Amino acid sequence: MNTLFDKIWDSHVVAKVDDGPTQLYIDRHYCHEVTSPQAFDGLRRRGLKVFRPERTYCSPDHNIPTVNQDKPIADMVSRQQVEQLTKNAGEFGLTLFPLGHPRNGIIHVIGPENGLTLPGYTIVCGDSHTSTHGAFGAVAFGIGTSEVEMVLASQCILQAKPKTMRITVDGTLSPGVTAKDIALYIIAKMTTGGATGYFVEYAGEAIRALSMEGRMTLCNMSIEMGARGGLIAPDEVTFEYCKRRPYSPKGEEWEKAVAYWRTLPSGDDAVFDKEIRFDAADIRPRVTYGTNPGMGIAVDEPVPDCPSEADEQEKASFEKSLAYMGFKSGNSIEGTKVDYVFLGSCTNGRLDDFRQFASIVKGRKKHPEVTAWLVPGSWEVLNQVKEEGLDKIIEEAGFEIRQPGCSACLAMNDDKVPAGCLAVSTSNRNFEGRQGPGARTVLASPLTAAAAAVTGVITNPLNLI
Amino acid sequence: MKQKFNNVTSSCVPLPIENIDTDQIIPARFLKATSREGFGENLFRDWRFDDKGNPIASFPLNNPRYSGQILVAGKNFGCGSSREHAAWAIADYGFRVVVSTFFADIHKNNELNNFVLPVVISEPFLASLFETIEANPKAQVSVDLPSQTITNLATGVSEHFDINPYKKHCLLNGLDDIDYLLSNRDKILEYENK
Repeated sequence: MNTLFDKIWDSHVVAKVDDGPTQLYIDRHYCHEVTSPQAFDGLRRRGLKVFRPERTYCSPDHNIPTVNQDKPIADMVSRQQVEQLTKNAGEFGLTLFPLGHPRNGIIHVIGPENGLTLPGYTIVCGDSHTSTHGAFGAVAFGIGTSEVEMVLASQCILQAKPKTMRITVDGTLSPGVTAKDIALYIIAKMTTGGATGYFVEYAGEAIRALSMEGRMTLCNMSIEMGARGGLIAPDEVTFEYCKRRPYSPKGEEWEKAVAYWRTLPSGDDAVFDKEIRFDAADIRPRVTYGTNPGMGIAVDEPVPDCPSEADEQEKASFEKSLAYMGFKSGNSIEGTKVDYVFLGSCTNGRLDDFRQFASIVKGRKKHPEVTAWLVPGSWEVLNQVKEEGLDKIIEEAGFEIRQPGCSACLAMNDDKVPAGCLAVSTSNRNFEGRQGPGARTVLASPLTAAAAAVTGVITNPLNLI
Repeated sequence: MKQKFNNVTSSCVPLPIENIDTDQIIPARFLKATSREGFGENLFRDWRFDDKGNPIASFPLNNPRYSGQILVAGKNFGCGSSREHAAWAIADYGFRVVVSTFFADIHKNNELNNFVLPVVISEPFLASLFETIEANPKAQVSVDLPSQTITNLATGVSEHFDINPYKKHCLLNGLDDIDYLLSNRDKILEYENK
């Protein structure tokens, strides 16, 4: 006990069901248009109000176009779902950052940048990438729509307490190796289901050295190894980020909050159910070669063989993956022709990510055969990109920056990668058809995505630094 | 949606693939509906139908040999997106039980909240179950919630499965978590006033 996770969890226990789950109080609930309509319907059916409307914040992000947001959404079904969120937020008295609002954006980007996500909080959202908010030292996890209804109705959720795991990354990262590469490295080592049932704390020198954006990237992808969530102890980097955000505490309240947050990190005597250590020096720029995020390699490594000890289902699944991607065991992945590049998503759609992308494309040109979608996570990110002049660098290299949203990460809007085309994507999932039916996805960091965008092939970004 | 669960005895549909993610169970482009109904027709859409909408004959759901209320899948079923639409699609299609060696956490909760029973079995039991179905697609499997037992009736081999006692109570009686949480309002107010 005495871990960061246990301290937060235990302080939010309302009751314990006999022989059952814990009733956990939720400090912050985020809501988007895709996983909430049925929950609001449920409230109506039961004749219920939202129990604590001031704790829920809504933003449409999944369905929204990334061009012409000032015009009505052309896809009628998408438009209806977005309008439904507006209607529900109005009817139930919830704060909404609608399309075109200066605070609109991907819910996992705007929560932190508005100071709605704070250390020590319990945070849920009908979205598996809610784990992002763990970067602040919060217990944050994705839930289903029935659970969204529970939170709206009672500000509580029933959950079995997960086991705890600490993943320590010692040492320092080499230049050109990013938080995304750490995430893809850890997930490949752990496998796509290897952390199922656990809440993961990331620790160690390499983690402490990450910016808040980098920490969010890492925690965001915790779900891709099956973890219930991931979190990082709050420190000066966290406090500096949270300070002076629109919704963060001010004045005396701020001082009190920081004093409390300082008590949260895991004690020296903290006991985890599982401990794993990696060395930052072993991490190189990463890519995926298969159809789950655990199927990853360093960009300069050959595509592996299926492990010889694998059983029949595992072999069949591995071969299905490679056949879908069009890759062969033993072959190099570098030099593979790239059709699309996507910079964005709740994983890599923040200022740091645009900085990384710009650092590679500066003074170079977009490859003529690559279609590139650069989608900031929020209007605030876009403003920061412009303030730093990154937009000029990016535009001079032949790219354009689109309007914010989830975009090609899951292709619910028009940003779909055509069947058979290969995309190098900074998003979080390379599942079959994730970026459009038949689309093939290679996950990578913003640096590796930028390297692909200017060369037209999968390229080790270290060659361009 | 609330439906009491007791015992299901049925033939099975086999999906001997690992890490089946919820994007495969129900692709994102079908998540735009604002009701819970009708997702079954797009269950495993891109594995079931080609890009012209024609059924892919080799996929088990299209194979007339296989039918039943029990879906048997490889390990780590339901990983990825939290979309409850995946559980709605499974239930709407007519499955009442999903059997695997382990489930992704969020999807497992989503199944339980929709009165679909995720049954976690051992690797040898799963391997033998796939063999049984392959040999005789009409082979019956019995899943009994009160005794927490799954039985391969073709081989007579049984295995005990775990389920949280509270969730078992909910499934047996057709109750959901919101009923419970609403009955606990005093405790919530007490917590808030602490």
